[in-house]
Amino acid sequence: MSGMAEIAPAAPETPLQRFVRDFTSNRLAVGALVVVLLIALAAIFAPWITPQNPYDLAQLDIMDGRLPPGASSAAGMTYWLGTDDQGRDMLSGIIYGLRISLIVGIGSALIAGVVGSTLGLVAAYAGGRVETAIMRLVDLQLSFPAILVALMILAFLGKGIGNVMIALVLVEWARYARTARGAALVERRREYIEAAECLALPRWRVLFRHLLPNCLPPLIVIGTIQIARAITLEATLSFLGLGVPITEPSLGLLIANGYQYMLSGQYWISFYPGLALLLTIMAINLVGDQLRDVLNPRQQR
Amino acid sequence: MFPTCRMVILGAALAALTLPPAARAQTLRVGASAPVTSIDPHYHTYSPNVSLDAHIYEPLVDMDAASRPIPRLALSWKLVDNTVWEFHLRPGVKFHNGEDFTAADVAYTIDRIPRVKNSPGSYAIYTKAISSVEVVDPHTIRLHTKQVYPLLPIDLTQVYIIPHTLGADPATEDFNSGKDAIGTGPFRFVSYKSGDRIEMDRNDNYWGPKPDWQHVSYRMIPNDAARTAALLSGDVDFIEAVPTTDVARLSHDKKLHLAETVSLRIIFLWLDHRGMTPHVTGPNGEKLDHNPLTDLRVRQALSMAINRNAIVDRIMQGAAIPSGQFLPKGSFSYVPGLNPPAYDPAKARQLLAAAGYPKGFRIELDGPNDRYVNDGKIIQAVGQMWSRIGVQTAVNAITWPSFIGQANKGAFSAFLLGWGTSSGEASNPLRSLIATRTPAKGWGAVNRGFYSNPKVDELLTTALATADDAAREKLLQQATTLAMDDVAFIPLHNQKNIWAMRAGLTYAARADETSRAQEVHPAK
Amino acid sequence: MTAWLLRRLVQAAFVVLAMTVILFIGLHVIGNPIDILISPEADQADRARAIAALGLDQPLWRQYALFLWGMLHGDLGRSFVFHEPALQLIGERLPATLELAVSAVLLAIVIGIPLGLYAGLYPNSLLGRSAMAGSILGFSLPTFWVGLMLIMLFAVRLGWLPSTGRGQTALLFGIRWSFLTRDGLAHLAMPAFNLALGNIALVLRLVRSGVRETLPLDYVRFARAKGLRPARVVGVHVMKNIMIPVVTVLGLEFGGTIAFSVVTESIFAWPGMGKLIIDSINVLDRPVIVAYLMIIVLMFVAINLVVDLLYTFLDPRVRLEDRG
Repeated sequence: MSGMAEIAPAAPETPLQRFVRDFTSNRLAVGALVVVLLIALAAIFAPWITPQNPYDLAQLDIMDGRLPPGASSAAGMTYWLGTDDQGRDMLSGIIYGLRISLIVGIGSALIAGVVGSTLGLVAAYAGGRVETAIMRLVDLQLSFPAILVALMILAFLGKGIGNVMIALVLVEWARYARTARGAALVERRREYIEAAECLALPRWRVLFRHLLPNCLPPLIVIGTIQIARAITLEATLSFLGLGVPITEPSLGLLIANGYQYMLSGQYWISFYPGLALLLTIMAINLVGDQLRDVLNPRQQR
Repeated sequence: MFPTCRMVILGAALAALTLPPAARAQTLRVGASAPVTSIDPHYHTYSPNVSLDAHIYEPLVDMDAASRPIPRLALSWKLVDNTVWEFHLRPGVKFHNGEDFTAADVAYTIDRIPRVKNSPGSYAIYTKAISSVEVVDPHTIRLHTKQVYPLLPIDLTQVYIIPHTLGADPATEDFNSGKDAIGTGPFRFVSYKSGDRIEMDRNDNYWGPKPDWQHVSYRMIPNDAARTAALLSGDVDFIEAVPTTDVARLSHDKKLHLAETVSLRIIFLWLDHRGMTPHVTGPNGEKLDHNPLTDLRVRQALSMAINRNAIVDRIMQGAAIPSGQFLPKGSFSYVPGLNPPAYDPAKARQLLAAAGYPKGFRIELDGPNDRYVNDGKIIQAVGQMWSRIGVQTAVNAITWPSFIGQANKGAFSAFLLGWGTSSGEASNPLRSLIATRTPAKGWGAVNRGFYSNPKVDELLTTALATADDAAREKLLQQATTLAMDDVAFIPLHNQKNIWAMRAGLTYAARADETSRAQEVHPAK
Repeated sequence: MTAWLLRRLVQAAFVVLAMTVILFIGLHVIGNPIDILISPEADQADRARAIAALGLDQPLWRQYALFLWGMLHGDLGRSFVFHEPALQLIGERLPATLELAVSAVLLAIVIGIPLGLYAGLYPNSLLGRSAMAGSILGFSLPTFWVGLMLIMLFAVRLGWLPSTGRGQTALLFGIRWSFLTRDGLAHLAMPAFNLALGNIALVLRLVRSGVRETLPLDYVRFARAKGLRPARVVGVHVMKNIMIPVVTVLGLEFGGTIAFSVVTESIFAWPGMGKLIIDSINVLDRPVIVAYLMIIVLMFVAINLVVDLLYTFLDPRVRLEDRG
């Protein structure tokens, strides 16, 4: 895999411009990016835009429970997407839920990405015993199925957003390490690294200033996909009853709560969070997909 | 989503192909809510096992639908002496292997129970009161107890009789394989697929009324939605533990029929009665040098702040009744007029202020989220209600294994639990839940709120030594009233047990939650 | 080759040992299974007796030593709940899970490869584009949600397929299988599809990108220029090149599929190992949890071995020694 630096010089545009042009060539991906940004904005500004704080028990009333979309509360507030069994406004619940999903997804992907890529780069650059040790650890991690590892970790640690993130990081870091090492092994043999080494630059500098930037494209692709994976995994864990606490439901837990009401026709409790989850994951996956196409030089030939 | 006509016909045709019509009419397919862990009736005291065992085996004394003792393998029983119970056994009863049922089988069963290997929950708790067994003649047996023990017939409802010809210490595996799964019950064991299903055939030599079903397929479908879906799609004919969320829809479905009764299971909140408690702090999170929950007024306020009708109506969707004591109306030792306190948040605030907490306090309310019907939702609702009287409540629902471990260690201040009174009378919850923790006597074994009231203990001691039913009932009622007036715990509601079946079937709903194919009948 | 195999096995043994230690300590910390299993009516003495009956009154190191001793004799202990040897219990459930996972992988191949080929060869056609969009949907749909929707649609609304359970089984090689009976197949359809969904999307995308990467390569151009029939070019030259990633990924995913069947099995009440492990975790049934995870790890090791061996078979340039 070659970096973009190599392709760029022939073109009159900067790498960034080229990247933007390539990315925007797919209208679906642009739409997805807009959706991702909107979701992120909604999640960031949740406390200011939601009609209710769905995590404050004092603001909920079970007498408003399971109201259909468009119904009003005794206090005159309209529940546009209905309420769940605790009388939680679904719209507020979904926006706050998105917030948790994104925090968990992006947070765990970032931490896992930093830890994993660092280890991967170190492995590739150091070689020898260090490499063997790190890569054995990677193999060990990848030889356990993610869902089971996360299940066991959460069974030990108990519920909570922090614990879910720990579980997801432990499950995910190895993929980054493997990718980073793969990319770095290719880059290492290139002239610019040899040049840098000849100049007797410090090792860490070669590693992070020269090697890392050129290994970034595949890592970004993996990272995007991993965010979506993490969000799905968190939803699944919450569905199995091991994720976030019930008073602070994420999208997965909202779906799980509403799941019991599907057969009795109160579809909105799990339908809308399901839709929100699907939309989020699909948008992230679409963006990741386009990134892969744009950043993968083999297909550009 | 909506099928066209052709699809319906095709669907029906496919469904018809999967089972020959003749087998269908004679077979009852039961959807059970929890996995059976063994066919050995003495291996694990676990209600799904007991529910299944009632098809294959029989006890001396059984419970009727309202959990009152009725004769089964014993025709009658009486106290012949203060510490001697005499049982007259039913003649002409045969085991599935053709052998006659006699007193020797009863003696053999009582002898085997404490010796079952590796039992995670031994049935010896139901036989330990027996000090010796005396076989008078093949159809009369006397059971001696160390002290006066009026509850023996009730304990024996859990003891299923197996034939003594199984020999010394039959292994649990041999029951699971079917080799030793021999009882006197209305069905005989055919096969057991762990985690999936148990197949049974009618016992055509059964001494009592013959079941309507030639064959019973007893399937385990723990997932609530899947169980309901299985009934709706016609995969099973009869399901237990209908999820409260589906009750409304199923009861409107003309192709289905529901049966319900009030359960002996009560859902309640424990409050910590110790001097210091882990999860209560002042209104601003500051440490307190005492436990506010030891003040009766605080406990009353917390109970009064709960709108039980709202919980029953909105969370349980009507599948419960608000309760103020251990047992539902109609049970032995039920106290008439002992109702839960009326919902009164204003008075609750006053009581809190009078107790010295005008600004309330902070508390953590814990509970399982996978054990009792809607457990996690109930504590959230209680959290809402307590927050409204100024008690800032943090709700924490966790899975049962970690919950119960912590509850046993006394790690909680306020928490939700349930109690199913299998004996159908109040001495059982009084002894286990309310009595002062006394390991030597086996009292207060699950008194996880560390409650202690010498007057209650005294009344209970007297009651347990009183053979006369009427006198004992009175004592138990007094003890119950004392404990409830003192808010030993906060009772919330009694669950309702709900079964759903295809139209054309009837079931006399049982208070003890068990599902029995022999009691399912085609409607006349 | 032998040295390589040996090293792999030693590594596997080490992984298994480390895992059992972690499990023993972890499960000990979570709680005591007796708290969950014992009748609530039992008193303090009953409880102590039950704890002793399961050997849980011993110090943890002693329990672990006993476990190791048993393992050396091929005995992984008996389930606290079922009182049956843990291995036997898992063995009884294994065929159901294998059947489900294999069906899911087969479905992924049967649906994923043709669609992927088409999408790769005709990337701008309507079908090609929809296949790609659909594959992203396949990745994005949460399994549990799809499972419920499938039940709602096909079992409840349409009544075409049974909602849950395994249905009739027939004996083959002394083991009961569902796919041999009509009823069993009907029961298998939905859970297998549910489990296959992610894999279908995965295979589809792998094949598509494989085709797209291979088509411009010189040897394919050459084959085309030589006038070979397109079907042959695709069927032999292109397929050969893309089979390596497909085999690798499917092989590796097979283990993941087995693990992920936890979710599918609990929704469809499929009596496999996944459901057993969830139930076992819920009651802290240590012997079963430990035995299950040991089997899963060994299975992963075996799968990785097979994948590596297949690799050398499909692409002789890859040497085992390089792969450590």
